[in-house]
Amino acid sequence: MLSYILRRIVATLPVMAIVALFVFSLLYIAPGDPAVVIAGDQASPEDVERIRQSLGLDRPFLIQFGSWVWRILHGDLGTSIFTNLPVSAMIGQRLGPTLSLMIVTLLLTIVVAVPLGVVAAWKAGSLIDRVIMGFAVFGFSLPVFVVGYMLAYVFALELEWLPVQGYTPLAQGFWPWLENLILPAVALGCVYIALVARITRAAMLEVLQQDYIRTAKAKGLGQGGILFIHALKNASVPIVTVIGIGIALLIGGAVVTESVFAIPGLGRLTIDAILRRDYPVIQGIVLLFSFVYVLVNLMIDVTYTLVDPRIRY
Amino acid sequence: MALLEVENLQTHFRTPGGINRAVDGVSFHVNEGETLAIVGESGCGKSVTSMSLMRLVPEPPGRIAGRIRFAGKDLLKLSDREMRAIRGNDISMIFQEPMTSLNPVLTVGRQIRETLMIHQGLDKQAAETHAIEMLTLVGIPEPKRRVREYPHQLSGGMRQRVMIAIALACNPKLLIADEPTTALDVTIQAQILKLMLDLKRRVGAAIILITHDLGVVAEIAERVMVMYAGRKVEEAPVAELFRSPRHPYTQGLLGAVPRLGSSLAGTATRLAEIPGQVPDLRKPITGCVFAGRCALATDLCRQYAPGLEEKGPRHIAACHYAAKGAVAA
Repeated sequence: MLSYILRRIVATLPVMAIVALFVFSLLYIAPGDPAVVIAGDQASPEDVERIRQSLGLDRPFLIQFGSWVWRILHGDLGTSIFTNLPVSAMIGQRLGPTLSLMIVTLLLTIVVAVPLGVVAAWKAGSLIDRVIMGFAVFGFSLPVFVVGYMLAYVFALELEWLPVQGYTPLAQGFWPWLENLILPAVALGCVYIALVARITRAAMLEVLQQDYIRTAKAKGLGQGGILFIHALKNASVPIVTVIGIGIALLIGGAVVTESVFAIPGLGRLTIDAILRRDYPVIQGIVLLFSFVYVLVNLMIDVTYTLVDPRIRY
Repeated sequence: MALLEVENLQTHFRTPGGINRAVDGVSFHVNEGETLAIVGESGCGKSVTSMSLMRLVPEPPGRIAGRIRFAGKDLLKLSDREMRAIRGNDISMIFQEPMTSLNPVLTVGRQIRETLMIHQGLDKQAAETHAIEMLTLVGIPEPKRRVREYPHQLSGGMRQRVMIAIALACNPKLLIADEPTTALDVTIQAQILKLMLDLKRRVGAAIILITHDLGVVAEIAERVMVMYAGRKVEEAPVAELFRSPRHPYTQGLLGAVPRLGSSLAGTATRLAEIPGQVPDLRKPITGCVFAGRCALATDLCRQYAPGLEEKGPRHIAACHYAAKGAVAA
């Protein structure tokens, strides 16, 4: 098992290298010359040329790429063109809120979507099933910002149950931290919950047809034990997969959610960096997200072996 | 004394093509410690009968009517909770496919423990010990290791032994075995049958054996009930039935069994087959259910359904022409 995980980590290296190449090429593919942007409106062509040289933008592509990778491997993601701060420090500052948002959304999704899917499959064809699946379609069709503003209006402005926006670090207490994350997590989780609930239902429907479910009934097990132990564990491979894939959805959705709820996270940083053409920051963030995604995939594969003893590596 | 008395059992399914009368007015009983075989071809309602006894038929689309008296209780009148307390405890079941009847993601030990913990109130430790004893009892070597293994690590025969261990863990009064050996190869079949008989004697359970294998019936059953198209057509003690089958369908079934070595002995004949097909159970049947395939059928058979009549000692059959004594075949 350990050797499998090690092998998998080694195998992610080429993937990361290709991602890095893409990320780096951004600078060349995207329109606009960063040197011109940094120099500003008043700059003379000489100024622009000087900046270009100081950034190494005049050197050949591969050499630039090589030295960039070399620096990244030493933990140096470069310096922001706009703020002159190290990119790693900027990301580090913004990581907390985004990570909090993602984790709360992930937990919320698992806690809500999986039971909904299980109940829908158990009561397949009934009114309950139709209501749940109706909500799933609804959740799927509404954009994050619409849900976000609606939630903020109802629960923050009208009912005043929760704060409208902002973020409080976990260090200042669990409830202040969570309070600020509930509405964003619900808004961000809508699509995700819909997706996971649908997949859970489909996977459960298939499992509930199996002979071993009949055996479990014949043993005198209650409905709960049959659904959540005998059936759900068998249905969990597709569910785990879609929860993992959904993390990519979360990364995209977090950018919008953070804007709606004014959370100072990586999403906001990304948007700001893109607007300012702050390439080192964009590269750093994309690289980080890719790394997280590769890591999540590895975790999915490891989880498979935990839920299904027939899967061995 | 009768442990189980079934009266006029009717299990019908609502289907798009009409109501399927899978079991249509079947009555029988099983005495304590007795082995009753239910035989018939695929689709005759024998499995649905057994599922109905456990109330495992999905309702809807299924509907079970009639009376099932088990140890003084009418099972059809019990609440779901009361029924669950009986399943796996007083009545337990072994299924046809050992390969798919065990949960692939739970250990063998857990699957045996479960019934003990639900029904006998044992804690995990005690249930584990008992599970190992059960595995020893059903002849699984190295039970302490096997108890921690998953079904895919066991062979088909072993898995069926595990199923038997689960079924007998709570000392049931009635064991329903639905084609327990059909999916196994012949040498394993014999071992499993012997095991079932041994355990039955030890536990004192009655058995309902559902099968289409007449060899198995001859081996372990005491009484046989023959089903056709959702109805009981004949019932007799096993020796009596094999010696003088009265219903033309039973005669057909017995004629369709190959005799080993007959081709070497030069006595080989073409296996007798029963021409035609089982009637569509979604349409009402007037007259005898077997009339469409019976060589002896007359207008009487096509118009009036024969009742079950006494044809010999403890021997009943539903046929107008099966006289008391041998039938003109």
